[in-house]
Amino acid sequence: MTPWTFMVTHRAEIWSATLNHIALVLIAMSIAIVIAVPLGMFIVQRPALRTFALGLASVFQTIPSLALFGFLIPIPFIGGIGPRTAIVALVLYALLPILRNTYVGLTGIDPAVLEAAEAMGMTNAQILTRVRLPLALGVILAGIRTATVITIGVATIAAAIGAGGLGTFIFRGVAMVSDAVILAGAIPAAMLAILADVFLAFIERRLRVQ
Amino acid sequence: MLYDKPPMRLVNRTPRTPGNEAPISSATADPIIEFQSVTYSVKGRSTPLISELSLRVTSKETLVLLGRSGSGKTTLLRLINRMLVPSSGAVVVEGKSTMEWDAIRLRRHIGYVIQEAGLFPHFTVAENVGLVPKLEKWDPARIAERTNELLRIVGLDPKEFAQRRPAQLSGGQRQRVGVARALGADPSILLMDEPFGALDPVTRSELQREFSALARRLGKTIVFVTHDLREALLLASRIVLLQNGRIVASAKPQEFLRIDHPEVKAFSASLHTVSGEPA
Repeated sequence: MTPWTFMVTHRAEIWSATLNHIALVLIAMSIAIVIAVPLGMFIVQRPALRTFALGLASVFQTIPSLALFGFLIPIPFIGGIGPRTAIVALVLYALLPILRNTYVGLTGIDPAVLEAAEAMGMTNAQILTRVRLPLALGVILAGIRTATVITIGVATIAAAIGAGGLGTFIFRGVAMVSDAVILAGAIPAAMLAILADVFLAFIERRLRVQ
Repeated sequence: MLYDKPPMRLVNRTPRTPGNEAPISSATADPIIEFQSVTYSVKGRSTPLISELSLRVTSKETLVLLGRSGSGKTTLLRLINRMLVPSSGAVVVEGKSTMEWDAIRLRRHIGYVIQEAGLFPHFTVAENVGLVPKLEKWDPARIAERTNELLRIVGLDPKEFAQRRPAQLSGGQRQRVGVARALGADPSILLMDEPFGALDPVTRSELQREFSALARRLGKTIVFVTHDLREALLLASRIVLLQNGRIVASAKPQEFLRIDHPEVKAFSASLHTVSGEPA
């Protein structure tokens, strides 16, 4: 059986796994953005918390993904078998690139611009929303792009704890010793990653200030 | 003549005794900005950046704060719009201590121009110039009108420049926009921190000449920081020389070079060097 014939005969199943995969990534990314971007804004003025937050986020990234899924299973409320646990793990992975880029983007602004903003009589909230965030947006988005590509890849492993997605085919293919089945999961996952990367790079270019 | 206004009242007749200002005469106009024995120090530094400094800036004068790097001139400027607050003493702006002013109100009331302009790179020229009016919630038509007027005042054709981004301007043009932005809501006070310092010599002297004419036309109270004696002589109605956070000399430009003080001598020596830049 060639990969192509397998994909054609199982197209409905692959399609639903792909949608499932996208859902996992979208949910995890949304949560990660909602946590990491405000946290990044918050740590700009707080060096002690910054070291802690960035350090903790780095630690999550160093844990091998399969191990992280395993660790989470016995934890009450967030653990167990299924998509919920997978999303928690994916969020933890996605935090660091977004958090770090938010911080770097917000602090990498020309000091003369910030001085002018303050001297013009902008309030701190106005400086954040009208100056810092718009100028940092390109860098923040670069972090979101990195995190999205990582999450699409890591989400294939989520199948190991019963979360579904394209990883289902990869694990099944490994068990069956069938390249065709592995590729039925790996090719759509790779394509998703490339598409997400290209799309987000496009938006990022449009938002970045020269 | 450098200026055609009546000569400014000389506040500090005894230049070498800072902090020992002549008693305030009730017969004269109120100063628009007044430093009352101001000390400003920061943690971790044994000597204060500003020591017991008293200074009065009268309405519509162009006061140039001259001094070397670290003499405290920028600190003095930032004390006026409450970017900094005095450790002791008070800075009084239009009859009210900066501590009594709402910081935001005070700053919108005072124009500020810095070196390299500090324009917002994500705003167009028009948006930069119209920023304070927009913060003050003027209606859009009035902002547009004001923006065009200001661009013309600083010598930029609104048709050509209003929709450009700062990155599409030369250094001199950026600085012109910086001046226009500071004038946005028609403040009565203008603070300028080495605004022409980063420009090439030709553009710099061009802008200095134009600004000198503009300053006379505008009738604003201007406090101008520089380390360039030439610039001070060209623009000032009064020069105040700072050294280590104290005033060491204060005089009209014509009289300044005759003051017998080592720091004045050091600065006038810089006039005769080839570049004209003080060491």
